[in-house]
Amino acid sequence: MESRKEALEPTIKNRSPKLSLPQKQGQLFWAFFKVGMLGYGGGPSSIPLVHKEVVENYKWMNDDEFGDTLALANTLPGPIATKMAGYIGYKVGGITGLINAVAATIIPTIFLMVILLTSLSTFKDQQWVAGMAQAVVPVVGVMLAVLTWQFFSKAKGGLGWTGSIILVLASIMAIEFLGIHPGVVIFVLLVAAFIKKDKEAGNEKSGETS
Amino acid sequence: MIYWQIFLAFFIPGILGYGGGPASIPLVENEVVDRFGWMNVNEFSEVLAMGNALPGPIATKMAGYIGFEQGGVLGAIVGVFATVAPSLILMVVLLGILYKFKDSPKVKRMTLFIRPTIAVLLGVMAYEFFKSSYEGAGLLQTAFLIVASYLLLERFKVHPAFVIMGALGYGAVFLGGII
Repeated sequence: MESRKEALEPTIKNRSPKLSLPQKQGQLFWAFFKVGMLGYGGGPSSIPLVHKEVVENYKWMNDDEFGDTLALANTLPGPIATKMAGYIGYKVGGITGLINAVAATIIPTIFLMVILLTSLSTFKDQQWVAGMAQAVVPVVGVMLAVLTWQFFSKAKGGLGWTGSIILVLASIMAIEFLGIHPGVVIFVLLVAAFIKKDKEAGNEKSGETS
Repeated sequence: MIYWQIFLAFFIPGILGYGGGPASIPLVENEVVDRFGWMNVNEFSEVLAMGNALPGPIATKMAGYIGFEQGGVLGAIVGVFATVAPSLILMVVLLGILYKFKDSPKVKRMTLFIRPTIAVLLGVMAYEFFKSSYEGAGLLQTAFLIVASYLLLERFKVHPAFVIMGALGYGAVFLGGII
């Protein structure tokens, strides 16, 4: 950890020699505030924005470090954007930086969300508000259907038609007909993926996991 | 204990949603609608619509709002914490170990293996939304909204926020009894 921090220090010093702590935290906040407010379509689509701020704008990391961090974030479950914000915030400004960057990414939009939805539900009994709520349902359905197709075609790219369709049918069986909690299904798949021997890896990059 | 329930409802999707926030949407729906019954499919779709119309990460917006609905400000904090903290803490703490697995084919395979399941969950949600719209707004309106929003989003690449705003306006006028 220490060596990593030292490796980072020169880049910060080079850019701005007498950067005080509050300034650094201010920059962190502003960088991730922009990421949160400008990233549409969820966390993964805001990764290019994080890259722009962190690598190009503030130069907290170079391209390789950023790539490593992204790969690292992908080894763990959960939202991507907050993991990136938290980790980069931690590297730049310690625990305060971590909390600062995560807060800047998520709090502004949560505020908007609560304000808009609670004001919408105060007028819930109005007929035109009911109409608005109703019209939005099929539109979200379309967005989900598009997302469904994206997930399936990405699976198809890695597993092939046969593998993907077998897993799709097995998932439908388990979740819809046997009533197994989707979390259990996913957990079993994660374990299976983890303990499976790396057959192809042996040829390409031998000894990597051994 | 509502805070414990909120924690569980967002901890499970957070820890199982491999591949970022959108993968955890159907898992959140499973907890919030099916398990705890805090909202029905329609209400969930409103939250999701608003989440899609606003910028920023999806999972934390949903956790923040649903947590707030159920348990006020503290509920929102619990929901967001349960979504964000476990994986973030692991990332900072397990840095060294994770570094070894970073380029391991296992990691790619884990994301890959659960994709078909996530696709099924998302597909089921889409079906539920279409069904609920058919029951509420009728076949003609539902079909029109599906075709129109699909063309706008995918063919003409209109920003989702505008499509949702358009749908809200359309609904207020044509489904809300103004005409």
